[in-house]
Amino acid sequence: MTRAEFIEKIKSEFAEHILGTDYLRANRVTVNVNPGFILDIAKFLHQKIRFRFIIASAYHTKAGFEILYHFSDDSNGNIYNIHVLLPHEKPEIQSLAQFLVAADWIEREMHELFGITFLNHPNPGKLISEGNWAEGVYPYRKDFN
Amino acid sequence: MSEQKIIPIGPYHPLQEEPELFKLYCEGEIVRDIKWETGYNHRGIEKLSESKSFDQSFFLVERICGICSTSHPFAFANAMEEIAEVDIPDRAKYIRSIVGELERIHSHLLWVGLAGHFLGYDTVFMWAWKYREPVLDLFEMISGNRNSYAMFKIGGVRRDIQSDKLPKIRGTMKFLKKKTDLLTGAVMDDPVIHARTKGVGILTREDILEYAAVGPTARASGVDIDVRRDDPHAAYGMVDWKVITSTEGDVFAKAKVRLLEMFESIKIIEQCCDGLEKLKEGDIETVVKNVPAGMGTGHYEAPRGEVFHFVKTIGTNSPARHKIRAPSYVNIATFKKACVGQTISDATISLAAVDPCYCCTERMAVAYDYGSGKKILSASELIKQSQKRTDYIKRNI
Repeated sequence: MTRAEFIEKIKSEFAEHILGTDYLRANRVTVNVNPGFILDIAKFLHQKIRFRFIIASAYHTKAGFEILYHFSDDSNGNIYNIHVLLPHEKPEIQSLAQFLVAADWIEREMHELFGITFLNHPNPGKLISEGNWAEGVYPYRKDFN
Repeated sequence: MSEQKIIPIGPYHPLQEEPELFKLYCEGEIVRDIKWETGYNHRGIEKLSESKSFDQSFFLVERICGICSTSHPFAFANAMEEIAEVDIPDRAKYIRSIVGELERIHSHLLWVGLAGHFLGYDTVFMWAWKYREPVLDLFEMISGNRNSYAMFKIGGVRRDIQSDKLPKIRGTMKFLKKKTDLLTGAVMDDPVIHARTKGVGILTREDILEYAAVGPTARASGVDIDVRRDDPHAAYGMVDWKVITSTEGDVFAKAKVRLLEMFESIKIIEQCCDGLEKLKEGDIETVVKNVPAGMGTGHYEAPRGEVFHFVKTIGTNSPARHKIRAPSYVNIATFKKACVGQTISDATISLAAVDPCYCCTERMAVAYDYGSGKKILSASELIKQSQKRTDYIKRNI
């Protein structure tokens, strides 16, 4: 599937929930989506068109908390970054681990480092800071004041 | 229901990038469940990278893992070059691939040796580690270091491989081809190794897709993925080689994939040497003066699977966010599928097969029965148990 075909397909499937697309160099694409529909979109990518979930990267900017879910189309090496923006005050999003085992660890990690809440996570225990880190302190958050 | 005993493996594995504690829940000899705890040695490298310049970050990511000390800079360089929009000279492409493949050979040899040791085949261990030495000697000749080679930078490589060094590389490859043949024969034709590894720790194709596992773990279960072929970079698109796959998904298939991959690596290195010879001389880097704001994703097929780096820049000289995913991060989760239902003596080799960087087993903690606090098995006792089983099979086969 080429990048253009993919964008056409995801737009026809999710229409207004696709907020924007951006071609990066060579074979990379970023798709900006509505965070409320991430579960459906990820299901579509993983189960319907069988992309491989690589990992998710969260980062903190002035706009809020941003998460990129990286999916790979192994038939041609394209990487699709599904981008969501969550507000500063209430960073919450549905957990992909509900249907995707591979997202289990990274969501727990993002919760511990950034304080993003993953709703309905099947296994919400701590992953990396068990017993040695203060509650409510998120080391990868940034101070923009 | 009979009583379940917990046998912990871990937590400190100094040779692995992710020290962890595995708890095997056993009923008698059979492993019924496995749980793990991580974070014992979280070094905050992603955060640290934000305080380093791009050039310094290369040295930092090189130290994520001692065995894969080229794979992380490789993926990081790919990500940075995507942001800076630079293409690297052909000479640098060949050098990158040579270093990457040499690393694969030494890592696979290391794994074969350790797997042999766990099974009680110390001859395989001695052979594999003996033949790994010439590879490290090559690294010393190329980069000055036997480990942490510091070869990569944005836009190219730091050191050239001059023509006078090529005969030695070629000679070593010829030697290794013979010795890998010997080793492959020793492992693949041995009835005891067959008995210990065939049908053990099976991961199906569906398991792999569910856990998004990568590398030889995935390829041994018939999932045909390899970043070097799927998303060609460096010299991988310029040379002739093939991806090795197998469909059985057991420990034997994983060993087979790794052993045969070494021959492909030797093939790639030889062709890269030809390429370097043809080029004679030339630039080894494209000078990058400025890295613009943007984001890049880079990946590389490390010996254990895909290494993935995501970098976000904001126009300064250091990353604003640097996310790193090592292959073990996804591969380790498959332990649950590979070990449950196995005996304890098979669990050792099943774990070793999923994560080749299992030198760490040597650092296994003493096992306690959590109820009584009584000591059950020490690290060496666990390995001995596995070796005893091979002995038993040897006598009865």
